[in-house]
Amino acid sequence: MATDTQLDLWEVFIQPKSGNRYAHAGSIHASDKKMAIQNARDIYTRRGEGTSIWVVPSNCIIASNPNDEDMLFEPSNDKVYRHPTFYEMPEGAKNI
Amino acid sequence: METNNTKFQSRIDEGEFVEPKDDMPDAYRNHLIRQMSQHAHSEVIGMQPEGNWISRAPSLRAKQILLAKIQDEGGHGLYLYSAAETLGITRSEMINQLHSGKAKYSNIFNYPALTWADIGAIGWLVDGAAIVNQISLQRTSYGPYSRAMVRICKEESFHQRQGYEIMAKMMKGTKEQQEMAQDAMNRWWWPALMMFGPHDSDSPHSSDAFKWKIKREGNDELRQKFIDKTVQQAEVIGLTIPDKELKWNEKKNIYDHGEIDWNEFHQVINGNGPCNKQRMEHHIKYHEEGAWVREAAEAYKKRKQNIENLTTASI
Amino acid sequence: MKKQEALYDYALRLGDNSLVLGHRLAELCSKGPILEEDLALTNMALDHIGRAQAFLGYAAQVEGKNKTADDLAYKRGERSFYNNLIMELPDKDFASTIARQLIVSAFEFFLYTELMKSKDETIAAISAKAVKEVRYHLAHSSDWTCRLGEGTELSHTKMQRAINDVWMFTEELFEMNEVDKLLIKEGIAVDLDSLKPQWLNHIKEVIEEATLVLPESGYMQTGSRKGIHTEYLGHILSEMQYLQRAYPTAQW
Repeated sequence: MATDTQLDLWEVFIQPKSGNRYAHAGSIHASDKKMAIQNARDIYTRRGEGTSIWVVPSNCIIASNPNDEDMLFEPSNDKVYRHPTFYEMPEGAKNI
Repeated sequence: METNNTKFQSRIDEGEFVEPKDDMPDAYRNHLIRQMSQHAHSEVIGMQPEGNWISRAPSLRAKQILLAKIQDEGGHGLYLYSAAETLGITRSEMINQLHSGKAKYSNIFNYPALTWADIGAIGWLVDGAAIVNQISLQRTSYGPYSRAMVRICKEESFHQRQGYEIMAKMMKGTKEQQEMAQDAMNRWWWPALMMFGPHDSDSPHSSDAFKWKIKREGNDELRQKFIDKTVQQAEVIGLTIPDKELKWNEKKNIYDHGEIDWNEFHQVINGNGPCNKQRMEHHIKYHEEGAWVREAAEAYKKRKQNIENLTTASI
Repeated sequence: MKKQEALYDYALRLGDNSLVLGHRLAELCSKGPILEEDLALTNMALDHIGRAQAFLGYAAQVEGKNKTADDLAYKRGERSFYNNLIMELPDKDFASTIARQLIVSAFEFFLYTELMKSKDETIAAISAKAVKEVRYHLAHSSDWTCRLGEGTELSHTKMQRAINDVWMFTEELFEMNEVDKLLIKEGIAVDLDSLKPQWLNHIKEVIEEATLVLPESGYMQTGSRKGIHTEYLGHILSEMQYLQRAYPTAQW
């Protein structure tokens, strides 16, 4: 079976009103910036929830590690989700 | 490992939320992936029976409301796919599981929407049942799932009112409309009760779900909540619940009701329902037909990235 | 022709365009190439159905026979509809949807931008709201035209074919008759001749950016000004009007 693409994962932040903070609303799939903004608008502001939208490719987000003991910053563990698709696989590699 | 699970369990017992990067037992992760992806699939498949009546909606207002409702369902599916992806599964994988039958979706959507009154029944009873379940899930222990539920619950109440309004209008209408509404009631009532799942005593995944506070209330408890609030709604508009054993129990302050046909429940959940094949064929068809579009978007993205890289490289 | 009659026809035309296009877009629900796109198309369908309700409601008001927007939508026959033919074309695939959306959204953008200045307050108000919506529709279809044009060989082929197929329905968007003549004099309607160069310019830009070829203008379809449509409209109305016609005394 050919690998299907569902495009890329982006995180969406909405500012409900001028002056408020941007809050994480969830995520969407898109392949470019324009699509990401439009999709975020269609999915997360249908009820007028916000005046301004930020979209960020999920793999651009660096997240802290919840383990208190771990004071060392581990680059391999800094992705926001344990997401297999953040890692680029060489073409032709199977079963991975 | 044992110490970690104990630590995890005490966090749960304290009422803490679990977030994507927290340590968690594999069993907890897998349980949630299964539950959330199936919840997402349900929302998306649910677009089909209602979608069946968009082109025939009998007024411009009804058409807009129905479209908005179905759009919400799609959106809910999206929130839930997003929440599930935080656990390390991709949307592609989830869709594959749906198509292969490895992942299921709510049984209720294997029933057909035969008349306009079915749209009323679906909004009122099916969304009504979903609301009872989803309100309970707002307090689920996994953060992203809980937040998705809060968002969904805010949007869901309009759905139930939409359905109830359709039924109420028809019950005040012509004789044909009243018969149509009662007929839809007769066909959707029992499947709606089945939405809450088997008796708790017959539920295979229940005990872990409770231990980990994924599930906050039992199937029977939620089912009873639904019955008790809905019977009164039916009476107000003159609809009869198709259950001869339905009776108000003064002592317990609940409605006693007849036994669900669990044979029907198992038949449909195992693929032998009116619309199982049709729902899956529809989903697979449009997924496959859309592949070239997704590939084009991906190719366009790569092309533009290459151009960007070349431009920055030459600076 | 009296002004009232002309205004009724004009409002009907605008309403019918949104009604039929909204219907076509709504049919795509649960059939999108990706879930996010399903929601985008449904969003646009909702914009159009809302606009149809506004324009048809106004037409009913102008007619003065106590009818409603629903009466006009659900009880007229095929020869009494005045939507442009392009609105009723079926969506063969995503490329045909995007091609139609590009052509129509560009037209509507320039149309409603001018119509916002109409001396008729109702038309001006509906148009002002429409411009906001259409800007988004136009961005969406322009962006997708580029993605498909410059995506894969297959998407390029499909997109080119879709533009070629829809081209013969474009001229009709700019047709005018005595209704327009009368209302232009009153400062109510827009001279569509003035819109054509702007529309063509925008289409050319997008097509070129998408590495597609602008079709050569040949035979152009026509007829809707006289209520003469494609065979598709009859089927659209059969479905749309079914419940109201099957139960004529019922309220929904």
